Amino acid sequence: MISRIFGWLFDPANTGAIVSRTLEHLQYSVVALALAALIAIPAGMYVGHTGRGRFAVVNLAGAARAIPTLGLLYLMVLLLGPRLTGDVAFLLPNLLVLVVLAIPPILSGTYAGIDEVDPAARDAAKGMGLTGREVLLRVEFPCALPLVFSGLRSALLQVVATATIAATAGLGGLGRFLIDGLAVRDFPQMAAGAILVAVLALLCDLVFGLAQRYAVSPGISGRTRRRTRRARRERDADSGASASRTERDRLDAGASAS
Amino acid sequence: MIEFDSVTKEYPDGTVAVGDLSLRAPTGEITVLVGPSGCGKTTSLRMINRMIEPTSGTITIDGEDSGSVDPARLRRGIGYVIQHAGLFPHRTIVQNIMTVPTLLGWDGGKAKARAMELMERVGLDPAFADRYPNQLSGGQQQRVGVARALAADPPVMLMDEPFSAVDPVVREGLQDEFLRLQSEMGKTIVFVTHDIDEAVKLGDRIAVLDVGGRLAQIASPAVLLAEPASDMVADFVGRDRGYRALAFTGGQVRADDEPTVPLGASVEDARAAAGGARWLLVLDEEGRPAGWVEPAKMAAPASADFLNRGGTVARADGSLRQALDAALSSPSGRGVLVSPDGALIGTVPAGRVVEAIEAERVHRTEGGAS
Amino acid sequence: MTWFLSHLDDVGVFLAWHVYLSAVPLVLGLAIALPLGYLARRYRWLYPPLILGTGLLYTIPSLAIFILLPLLLGTQILDPINVLVAMTVYTIALLVRTVADGLAAVPDEVLLSATAMGYKRFSRLLRVELPLAVPVIAAGLRVAAVSNVSIVSVAAIIGVSQLGSLFTDGFARAFLAPIVVGIVACVLLALALDLLILAAGRALTPWLRNRRAS
Repeated sequence: MISRIFGWLFDPANTGAIVSRTLEHLQYSVVALALAALIAIPAGMYVGHTGRGRFAVVNLAGAARAIPTLGLLYLMVLLLGPRLTGDVAFLLPNLLVLVVLAIPPILSGTYAGIDEVDPAARDAAKGMGLTGREVLLRVEFPCALPLVFSGLRSALLQVVATATIAATAGLGGLGRFLIDGLAVRDFPQMAAGAILVAVLALLCDLVFGLAQRYAVSPGISGRTRRRTRRARRERDADSGASASRTERDRLDAGASAS
Repeated sequence: MIEFDSVTKEYPDGTVAVGDLSLRAPTGEITVLVGPSGCGKTTSLRMINRMIEPTSGTITIDGEDSGSVDPARLRRGIGYVIQHAGLFPHRTIVQNIMTVPTLLGWDGGKAKARAMELMERVGLDPAFADRYPNQLSGGQQQRVGVARALAADPPVMLMDEPFSAVDPVVREGLQDEFLRLQSEMGKTIVFVTHDIDEAVKLGDRIAVLDVGGRLAQIASPAVLLAEPASDMVADFVGRDRGYRALAFTGGQVRADDEPTVPLGASVEDARAAAGGARWLLVLDEEGRPAGWVEPAKMAAPASADFLNRGGTVARADGSLRQALDAALSSPSGRGVLVSPDGALIGTVPAGRVVEAIEAERVHRTEGGAS
Repeated sequence: MTWFLSHLDDVGVFLAWHVYLSAVPLVLGLAIALPLGYLARRYRWLYPPLILGTGLLYTIPSLAIFILLPLLLGTQILDPINVLVAMTVYTIALLVRTVADGLAAVPDEVLLSATAMGYKRFSRLLRVELPLAVPVIAAGLRVAAVSNVSIVSVAAIIGVSQLGSLFTDGFARAFLAPIVVGIVACVLLALALDLLILAAGRALTPWLRNRRAS
């Protein structure tokens, strides 16, 4: 079976389809993620900076997770499809769902990131005469980047996975191999499609992980040159217990990193 | 007695945290380990109950090599108090105090009775028993920490900066009560602090450690202040060590009779009593000094509302440091001396205290020479 | 509504399967994630590979896992076991990090005083560390429960019956009612599991309730 899967994967007859389906999948994912980020990052910055609507944001992320993506996809296609014509009839509802699903993780990540900025840093920025807008852009947002990225990463995974199942609702992309293979009981094709999707998801996450490394200040990510062991030990042993992050921080980080 | 015999702690990277340390903490006394950051005082403390294992050397507790005892069993017999108390947030106060007795397999009723008794001893309202640590103030939590360490009545207590995380007023109260408890219980205590004032106040003996865990000097507080063995020790005990050392110098100073009026005395009575002096001492109902007034500026009978309370009060049988401080801080320049129950004995000017200090010094050095 | 009432039995059976397929993996996943999370905390060198490894598992889209698992397990593609295993894998992926971080959030001075009072390693873990990690672990479990319910429905595409079958049936017949009923049932189930874990977490952490009682 394994050899048949790889046979399918490396069959020159399939190369063209693999390349074009992969590009399609990427295209949907990137477009949906970009649209979602365009909406969610400014909104999250606004909520985090002003504190307005934080209740809604915190609960939105949890509620969105509870909605079954498959059901939502079918519902949108059935509701909107008949009102549209041609390819758009399938493309638009599916893309809409992808955007809708990508918003909550980015929104809550951005909000939580800004909300967790050390109040002392914020106060110091204000005290130095930065305007509210400058505080947000020069202090709060850079400090919030790790959680913004973790929001973007979980949104991207969500989008890549959902785009796969959207193939059952007429969308293109790598999901087609799984669905078309299922329809004709062509298991090698299904499995090959599944492998391609998994690899694509891993690569997307990897690219974002690397982007995060470059975008986030080493002072925040903790990737500074290691302190000497001696300095650390003295700090640990002789200045008492080091302050660990509070449980609430961990809760937020844990919830938004999922 | 706890005895360090050539104890060294060296980490794999070559850092020496404690270097060839030998010292004794006598039974029933408070031995304070003090020193700058990185001097290995906490490391030394933690080697006693084997939270850290020494690289070489031995630590014996009442003659028994601690390295030969199972660590968990060893620790159950040693009280341990740390900076933020380290109470278990998920257990009530009484459950926290019962921890070690429970580990030792005590009967639940007995452990609880012991915990309630200890709460009272450390000055905690028994109503706190079923509360959780987060419902208590920092000072109260630290009392629970002390009670918890005492629960199984261990002969040895290790205390790692137990009072440094509370505010200065609360700290002072905790220190006083700690001394009172110790005078009742006579535990063998090793106490770590970075605060030389705390060391001087609490220690029967003070060990000053230098960076790298070398013992710079071990002596009684008075000797440490009067005769620091090296520049490092002199530097560490600080500039006003001469003044601090007075805390250990008792000496008789003759008190003058001080004219007084009771609270509520009329303006006329006050002026008559003062006999032209600018400041007049006012006593409360029990004959204890309440504060000073200026009869010339009085417009109403002496009331607690407008007394000058700037001066400290010294016990006549106390140290010369207290007497000098009372004189220096008094608005009239006359230091108020009281008996142990707080009743006024008389006043003394700063000059006479200084004379007494001088006389005491001469007496001591000549006594030392003979 | 009329469709729902006339298909009550079907929905009931689907719901029962859905509960089974999403809740059992929670229990299994927690049971496996606890020791793994502990190891990741205890041996620092294990933390990065364990977290990275489980994180990678989480990135694999569910449909891909449902299709590839039979290959690894030697099961039939329609076998619900595949879904059970896949959901357990997702739960572990989420919880290992949560358990490790929950244990790491226990204050140093609490650990220090527990050791100093003579707790041995295992009883310290059981009596002190785990109880204190409950809030963090419960939060992770809630996230896992809610996302499990959503992901399980995807298995309808490969033919494993549960509430997700309402979506595929409805879509195939271009019929909205079953889809709406399915969505509502899924959301309610997610909410129920969420509240159940929330309540269990509260019951296990009485000390957090009394914070303002004084």
